[in-house]
Amino acid sequence: MIDLDVLSKAFPGSPRPAVDRLTLSIPAGEVCVLIGPSGCGKTTTMRMINRMIEPDAGTISVEGRNILHVDPVELRRSIGYVIQQVGLFPHWSIADNIATVPRLLGWEPTRTRARVDELLSLVGMEPAQYRQRFPRELSGGQKQRVGVARALAADPPVMLMDEPFGALDPITRTRLQAEFLRILRGLRKTIVFVTHDIDEAIKMGDRIAIMRDGRLVQYATPEAILAQPADAFVDEFVGSDRALKRLALIPAADVVAAGAGAGEPGARLPADASARDALSAMLATGVDRVTLIDENGAARGTITLSAMRVRLTARGDGSAIEPHPLSNT
Amino acid sequence: MFIEAWDYLAGHQAQFLAALWRHVALSASALAIAAAIAVPLGVRLANKGGSALVAINAANIGRTLPSLAVLALVMPIMGTGFAPSLFALTLLALPPILINTHTAIRQVDPDIVDAARGMGMTAFEIVRKVELPIALPVIFAGIRTAAVQVVSGAIPATLLSLSTDAFFGWIQRALTPSGLRAP
Repeated sequence: MIDLDVLSKAFPGSPRPAVDRLTLSIPAGEVCVLIGPSGCGKTTTMRMINRMIEPDAGTISVEGRNILHVDPVELRRSIGYVIQQVGLFPHWSIADNIATVPRLLGWEPTRTRARVDELLSLVGMEPAQYRQRFPRELSGGQKQRVGVARALAADPPVMLMDEPFGALDPITRTRLQAEFLRILRGLRKTIVFVTHDIDEAIKMGDRIAIMRDGRLVQYATPEAILAQPADAFVDEFVGSDRALKRLALIPAADVVAAGAGAGEPGARLPADASARDALSAMLATGVDRVTLIDENGAARGTITLSAMRVRLTARGDGSAIEPHPLSNT
Repeated sequence: MFIEAWDYLAGHQAQFLAALWRHVALSASALAIAAAIAVPLGVRLANKGGSALVAINAANIGRTLPSLAVLALVMPIMGTGFAPSLFALTLLALPPILINTHTAIRQVDPDIVDAARGMGMTAFEIVRKVELPIALPVIFAGIRTAAVQVVSGAIPATLLSLSTDAFFGWIQRALTPSGLRAP
């Protein structure tokens, strides 16, 4: 649980504050993505949480502690920290890098060694093969795996991640996003994740905080932000394809229309497909229905274009929201 | 002339060994004192910014003084003997070590230092565990330069300088953390 309360920070020589009276509450075990254009204050906000930057005004509490009253060195050892350039120590082996915080905390060597191997396995690297390697021998993706393992070493309840996948090629990035999402969700960490990539935010975030000029513009779930952008800025920021992005978040199984039969025309999709996959299949086949099938090939239900339309335009209470590109087709 | 020198050495072996020992002790002490001053100072200046410029420029000017001139300048004040020579040679050894330490620490990747700080290393731990080991090869190159200058200042003997250079080159390589070594 992280609470930011009326937090402000101005840098000397800058006309406006980098962070301007920001109030934000991040529930324990959730991934909160801070996003916005360059200079919106997202990184400054993140760096105030482990006191790499000292706020001018406001309070921050992490796990119920007012961190402005905690020794910064002790605080940082209890918070995982991952940066875009990774910052592995080039003169230390992979094992030594991962052992950084346990050693600072004075763990027993045997406990540290066991933890290093456990973490290497967790991030998908064979311990025997990589333990004694040096950072320069690793690819960019492997370096960030080690970077995340190093941040997790002392099992901190909170992790700060500053564009961890920003320097990776698109294929590696997509793979690591999916993998780390699975790992971090399994560990139930409270995560503050900074990015400028809206697709990454939608994929990684339980909640997204959109910032502009040091202020919080909208703070909601990805689904809510895509369905109801708070203002024109957010609307533009999420992109004109926000309906498609919403469909990508909706499992196709959620929009199955009643009365599906095995003999339906149209494409067949696996049961774990997204509504976006279903729409894509409809456009490709020219038939406005798609049948979901299970692993054995048996029909599980049919999705129709009109069912998707209803799903996108309906609120939780069943009332319609503002006109939508899809509802005009 | 070489033959005469050889004959002289052969006839005065004990004196030669004593003189050699004095020179080695003198050079080594000067080097050790200079490193003990210049390395911490260089680290401190590199992490401070601002005031560093003055000190580094002063060191650079000091570097342009020929070694014999430093000895000549010190002699009228301190006379001759072990102490004034030690002082002059230490002075001579300071600039290259200071400049190399400063440059080496400044060249450590800021992201590495940021990661170290973000994980909860104290300022001293960052210097000792991260900055110094990464900067060590370049710092040692400064000590190596200083060693050559000191030895050639104490005995203008090219041969000894060259062997000193080779010796320190070997130590520099041995001290470089294996993660930083050229593959």
